[in-house]
Amino acid sequence: MAFVCNWCTYAGADLTGTSRLRYAQNVRIIRFPCTGRIDFLLLQQTLAKGADGIIVSGCHPNDCHYTSGNFHARRRWMVFRQMLENLGVEADRVIFSWVSAAEGAKWADLVNETVESIRKLGPYQKYKDMAKSLEEWEVTHE
Amino acid sequence: MARIGVFVCHCGENISATVDCDRVAENAAGLPGVVHSVDYKYMCSDPGQTLIREAIREHRLTGVVVAACSPRMHEPTFRRACAEAGLNPFLCEMANVREHCSWVHEKTESTTQKAKDVVRMLVEKVKRNEALQPIKVPVTKKAVVIGGGVAGIQAALDIANGGHKVLLVEREPSIGGHMSQLSETFPTLDCSQCILTPRMVEVAQHPNITLWSYSEVIGLDGFVGNFTVKIRKKAKSIDEHLCTGCGLCTQKCPVRKIPSEFEQGLGTRSAIYTPFPQAVPNKPVIDKLNCTYYLKGRCKLCEKVCPTQAIRFDQPDELVEVQAGAIVLATGYDIKRADFFPEYGYGKYKDVIDGLQFERLASASGPTGGMIRRPSDGQIPKKIVFVACAGSRDPAKGIEYCSKFCCMYTAKHAMLYKHKVHDGTPYVFYMDIRAGGKDYDEFTRRAIEVDRTQYIRGRVSRIYEKDGKLIVVGADTLLGAQKVEIEADMVVLATASVASQGSEELAQIVHVSYDRYKFFSEAHPKLKPVETNTAGIFLAGACQAPKDIPESVSAASGAAAKVLGLFANDELTREPLIAAVNRMSPPQYSTCIGCFLCQPVCPYNAIEREEFKTRDGRLIKAVARINPGLCQGCGTCVALCRSKSIDLFGYSNKQIYTEVAALLDEALV
Amino acid sequence: MKLGFYPGCSVDGGSREYKESCRALAKAFDIELESVPDWNCCGASAAHNLNRDLALALPARILSLAEKAGMTDILVPCAACYNRLALTQHELMKDETLRNRISEVTGLGFKGSCSILNVVQWIQKYILPELPGKIIQPFDYRVACYYGCLLVRPHKVLKFDRPEDPQTMDEVMKLIGATPIDWAFKTECCGAGLSVSRTDVVADLSGKIVYDAFSRQADALIVACPMCHSNLDMRRPEINGYLKQKISIPVIYITQAIGMAVGISTKELGLHRHFVPVKLPEKTEAIK
Repeated sequence: MAFVCNWCTYAGADLTGTSRLRYAQNVRIIRFPCTGRIDFLLLQQTLAKGADGIIVSGCHPNDCHYTSGNFHARRRWMVFRQMLENLGVEADRVIFSWVSAAEGAKWADLVNETVESIRKLGPYQKYKDMAKSLEEWEVTHE
Repeated sequence: MARIGVFVCHCGENISATVDCDRVAENAAGLPGVVHSVDYKYMCSDPGQTLIREAIREHRLTGVVVAACSPRMHEPTFRRACAEAGLNPFLCEMANVREHCSWVHEKTESTTQKAKDVVRMLVEKVKRNEALQPIKVPVTKKAVVIGGGVAGIQAALDIANGGHKVLLVEREPSIGGHMSQLSETFPTLDCSQCILTPRMVEVAQHPNITLWSYSEVIGLDGFVGNFTVKIRKKAKSIDEHLCTGCGLCTQKCPVRKIPSEFEQGLGTRSAIYTPFPQAVPNKPVIDKLNCTYYLKGRCKLCEKVCPTQAIRFDQPDELVEVQAGAIVLATGYDIKRADFFPEYGYGKYKDVIDGLQFERLASASGPTGGMIRRPSDGQIPKKIVFVACAGSRDPAKGIEYCSKFCCMYTAKHAMLYKHKVHDGTPYVFYMDIRAGGKDYDEFTRRAIEVDRTQYIRGRVSRIYEKDGKLIVVGADTLLGAQKVEIEADMVVLATASVASQGSEELAQIVHVSYDRYKFFSEAHPKLKPVETNTAGIFLAGACQAPKDIPESVSAASGAAAKVLGLFANDELTREPLIAAVNRMSPPQYSTCIGCFLCQPVCPYNAIEREEFKTRDGRLIKAVARINPGLCQGCGTCVALCRSKSIDLFGYSNKQIYTEVAALLDEALV
Repeated sequence: MKLGFYPGCSVDGGSREYKESCRALAKAFDIELESVPDWNCCGASAAHNLNRDLALALPARILSLAEKAGMTDILVPCAACYNRLALTQHELMKDETLRNRISEVTGLGFKGSCSILNVVQWIQKYILPELPGKIIQPFDYRVACYYGCLLVRPHKVLKFDRPEDPQTMDEVMKLIGATPIDWAFKTECCGAGLSVSRTDVVADLSGKIVYDAFSRQADALIVACPMCHSNLDMRRPEINGYLKQKISIPVIYITQAIGMAVGISTKELGLHRHFVPVKLPEKTEAIK
């Protein structure tokens, strides 16, 4: 799952397409106005639903279309990473990056590298199982 | 109940070559809520759009998904088509199966599967879309042009002649930019200042143009049609209303040996100065870093001699805020200098100079009165070497691009030299000759054939000094890479053209993207060369990429045309994809708890305080409210809100979560 | 203080005064130089032209052995060895597959943890801090610092000094009281290995270097590479023949120059081994 900002990374991914650069297929992109919109509950839900990895990508620092959204995203990310580690979740499954609208090649590289490193980590069952077992517990203890 | 229509585009072969569009449409037809699913060769064409319009009417569609190119390409097109058929345009979404799918993957089963997935995600999203109405904002019909070179001047004149007010802000004491420093311009060899100064005067006298020189833009708030520009008017230390421009103060000033920026260090100026005689405005400024009064508290000679008592020591800088509807960036270029070329001795040897310095030598009002003289001893050089591509097209020096106009000005320099030094010999070391404009190639041939300039195809590896001469060591590749050594009297480097100093900082202030060379980024390299990704901010001239004068002037007029188009409406319609804090009936009024942690994070100060009071004025609750005129829809407050009381139209929590669920939930697959 | 040391073939053979001066200088500054155990030739002269794997394996083996011996900083006085070792480290750290393959060839693991220092970097890091207090006889002469081609290029890999007009040796010489001149042949080729096969070419190229330094009134040429030294010093008769002029300015290693400044004897510094006698002008005020 890739959560990207409209002004930079989405445009950069468009440029990858226009340049006909190939990359791994396992990514589905969801468009956001800004990485600042990304609530980390969303990332948790995504992992709970069974995503093996997540890419969050936005504008380079100082270049955010809305000035500071990417800074907020980054700050949240620091805390969220800590939280993931405390929960015993592999924080390496969530990749944070900056890709600008001119960096078509970088987007392709990012996807390929991420797919490879997630492949090494394997499919992500743990969180899903955790979430499922919680659901089941709730049902039986209704 | 949802009645979604899915339209899968082949885009000729662009999508259908790798994605099986038939099967994607078929698969979409089976999704819950989809009542109509077709595929077509060119969805964005007239017949394609007609298909959509008819389907909306026939099947009473409540939402549309077009699986095609990037929404950044055609979202407006399809939204317009829906609106024409009576469906709210914001109930239309695009699934990107071209740039993000067909163009980047091979023709396999999984590529088609990916396309199916993406369509499914957007179908689920569009089911949660809300019908939104565009927001109307007033437009301030005033433009601010940043930069007073030839591009800024042209843009200002065009906008002003179009009937609107312009504020031209220039950081130097005078407008004119680099063009005012040139001696003659190619390909006509027109005197540069002769053609520029009438325009400069026109700017100064135009009723619609306000000129603030010696001023800088330090902040920019707001959005298209409604900018607030913060400007620092640097203290000139004179009262402009009283000063007549007589120039007595500059003549009497005892501090005379400051290297002149206008003369590129080859001449000097005084501490109170106008940069050049034809300066507009022709009023001096005091250089506080070098003035004896500001440094030591003494002198004040200028004050004593000024016939109108116009000197104002201790005049403060003025900080002003101006409302504007559009901004034009025309900050121009600089050329690369000094320590960049240790192998050419630039900065070390006085007689190795750059192109702008040569212009000042050749200029009749320059430090040598128009005669080409060596800066070291004032002698007239009999052998002069021009090195083209000094720094450009060179990955090792970090500048990979071509600086575009140096081939032309090098030929011009060689010609000017030969016209002034009849018995001299000019040499040019070049890689290629780029002379693509009108009359340009004829011009360079003239330099070679008529003015007998020796063009040597090869690069210079080293320049060093020996017995008072500059030994230029290069190669002649047309003779099989033979080594060439020339004992030159003077060397002129055609150094790379780079973004003007301070470009990066300005780009960050106005929120415009820039590339790795700090040139401002255009919205689209082919089709939108004078717009930026930030609505309302336009580009003119060499600040976008190296340009010669005709191109800068064209770009400036282009930017002005965009501004005039913007000002043609009294109101701007804004996309309503903004955030809103929820409201509900009493007693809760809103789930917002009034913590206002959202307020400081909004880059546009769009979050206000709203108070709910009882009928007798007692405060019940204070909650946050987002100003729909200011909110730009970034969503930072949405993600930040602890009580999840804010949501973003177009990217609401429901919409996003269902997109994720649509992809990953096994139940739906 | 103990430091790794990779002597290489030249400083053990024809250029042993370089090693002698390094060791003498190290001793004067309480630095112990420990040679990389079981070191081998780095292949600088021919290997990279003949066989890529060999060209990488030879330096890789040296670095692996140094790592195993627990060395962190290694002084590599010969500029060619320095260049090969640094390039090899750069290549292997960039490409994991290559690194694994070369490790198989050497039979030793490779971590890339050593910091490879050329003689100027070594001086900057370990000698300069203590230097001011130890200068007995300032090296008050005009010097032409000759960097040669391998010390500062390729800049992207070595990341040392400026490739077009380097200044580090000049700065060091200034600190011991010398006046480095600004001259045109700082990084021009001396003829390198053609010393044996085409001595006439060396006479031409090195001749230009010597002549330029001489015509700008340099009292000595300062070098940091045994190959440079050999071409400028040992081949002086050929150079003089080419220039049709007898030029006697000596060629001194930078370690020797510093050694002279801190009072180490000429014998310990190996100055008597040079072909061109190390005779520096009497210090008078006339020297500008």
